[in-house]
Amino acid sequence: MATKDAPVNNPMVDPVTGEYRVIAPGHTFKSVTETVSRIVLTSHTPIGWFFGFALAGGFVMMLLVALTWLFLKGPGIWAVTIPVAWGFAIINFVWWIGIGHAGTLISAILLLFKQGWRNSINRFAEAMTIFAVVCAGLFPLIHIGRPWLGYWLFPYPNSMDYWPQFRSPLLWDVFAVSTYATISVVFWYIGMIPDLGTLRDRAQSKFAQFFYGLLSVGWRGSVRHWVRYETASLLLAGLATPLVLSVHSVISLDFAVALLPGWHTTIFPPYFVAGAIYSGFAMVLTLAIPIRTFYHLEDLITIRHIDNCGKVMLATGMVVAYGYSTEVFMAWYSASHWEYFMMWNRMFGPMGWSYWVLITCNIALPQLMWLRKFRSNVGLMFLMSLIVNTGMWFERFVIVVTSLTRDYLPSSWGTYRATKWDYATFAGTLGLFTFLFFLFVRFLPMIPMSELRLMLPQAKVKEKHEPLPEAGD
Amino acid sequence: MPLPEGLYGLMAEFESPTDLVHAAKQAHRAGYRRMDCYTPYPVEEAAEAIGFHRDEVSLVCLLGGLLGLAAMFGLETWISLWAFPLNIAGRPYYSWPAFVIPAYEWTILWAGLSAAFGMLALCGLPKPYHPVFNAPNFRNGATTDKFFLCLESTDPKFDAAEARSFLEAQKPISVVEVEY
Repeated sequence: MATKDAPVNNPMVDPVTGEYRVIAPGHTFKSVTETVSRIVLTSHTPIGWFFGFALAGGFVMMLLVALTWLFLKGPGIWAVTIPVAWGFAIINFVWWIGIGHAGTLISAILLLFKQGWRNSINRFAEAMTIFAVVCAGLFPLIHIGRPWLGYWLFPYPNSMDYWPQFRSPLLWDVFAVSTYATISVVFWYIGMIPDLGTLRDRAQSKFAQFFYGLLSVGWRGSVRHWVRYETASLLLAGLATPLVLSVHSVISLDFAVALLPGWHTTIFPPYFVAGAIYSGFAMVLTLAIPIRTFYHLEDLITIRHIDNCGKVMLATGMVVAYGYSTEVFMAWYSASHWEYFMMWNRMFGPMGWSYWVLITCNIALPQLMWLRKFRSNVGLMFLMSLIVNTGMWFERFVIVVTSLTRDYLPSSWGTYRATKWDYATFAGTLGLFTFLFFLFVRFLPMIPMSELRLMLPQAKVKEKHEPLPEAGD
Repeated sequence: MPLPEGLYGLMAEFESPTDLVHAAKQAHRAGYRRMDCYTPYPVEEAAEAIGFHRDEVSLVCLLGGLLGLAAMFGLETWISLWAFPLNIAGRPYYSWPAFVIPAYEWTILWAGLSAAFGMLALCGLPKPYHPVFNAPNFRNGATTDKFFLCLESTDPKFDAAEARSFLEAQKPISVVEVEY
């Protein structure tokens, strides 16, 4: 089926299966190691890197200005007020956490399903998770108004004789997100140790040898260590899988437990998780496509990866579409006047345009990904990843804002118009994310070298035919 | 404890995982026990060959997870019943279904941390210095593209001359002495 579209002589297509290859042919252990490690160990940082880093750094400065002003004046500089007390802060929180989920999905769930193709992209997908969680975690913290008291969220013995209230989903969030951040960092770092050992051994400068030597904790590739390492990786993957499903479910309970029309629904947990993975895969493509072009990694991040990401997006996008249809159906089937009005208001109210943006970006346009030609076109897939990310941001906007602006009594209705500080903070976190990512691709191995070696055909142990002598013990 | 001196072992370098596994099997059959293989990616067959079948990481992970579960569920129960009872919309003080979620998260947190740090501890890491790094060809290949078998001098069967002739019979690229 696949050979029909792809040219017969294309070296990136496996002649036996007709599938796109995961790694270009002809690579050796040394060549994959060098392709990845030279990006980090080079003494000539590409000029484009400095340019991108400076641009992202500018946005980080903007974030710092926005936060400083926020700490001086309070959350009143944002558009949050009654009835919309959860504005951009929560929209961005949910959006960023969702983006992180694809990283965990790629690194954990696809590992458990033995999807070998994930190996080239799992490291930077995990990095994406961590940086997205950093951006996400910032929002609840600054939204609480007095961020310096943020530690009150945790249970600890204190002189006020006060303890947290464990029946609230907002407190469940604290444990879900902090666990998620911790486990993601640990999984990422443990996975990186063998590669850090490679960098330590290949580094020329004394400083790099010391730096990577410290980080690699003296990894020497003993097979005894490898066995334990593999067990630990599988266990972490097995733990991260239920974790990632629980995190966005818990976040969706922040909404679903409230009695507000448009929020009080049982479809939220699965639909939030699917949406999270959807936007996360889109972000993986948003990052992977420029990186593979800029660093010439087309041999390692191949069309196969982009094609597979497209398929996952298509599948999760359909789950999200099912969630939207369920919302509409239930609004009618519940025969609740409030639910019915909420849906009408969402589609045709003063903010109806945002609902149609979301339907266009998340459901209508992604159907193009059914076409194999579309999925293997790098430029179009990059564009699609941006569209889906926009759509998913609007999904959170619709859920938070249209539901809150018009709840029950018309006398309590309000409106919402984001201020420049809202936009500056959001754009600032986009900058922070990019800034951290630039540091990551420059200083850490963004593709797991040990896992790439494992995928090469010569990595397999072949049976030797000469008979072994009889055991002497 | 005085620093050990002298010969740590003999290190043979191989070109392919197949050669390494073959040599490791032979060494195990010849009666060597204190030895290790060093590979740039996980080679399970090599671990099998030197007689390493079981690791305790799973057990550590299980214990950590159970500890996390008990700790958080206990904390929630103690807080809600004794330390700080709050009437939240008339719900019972012992609202165990609500307590499940933080307890679930802490099970995963402590199981994950135990698996990761337990793995490092069982491996004896961090250990920035190790004699195998003294082998002149080790750092060039072990984490990139070469496969090593090291017979250690603490093995009762170890005899420098005999071990060298044994290793050289396995068609390695080279055999070198590793000093402490």
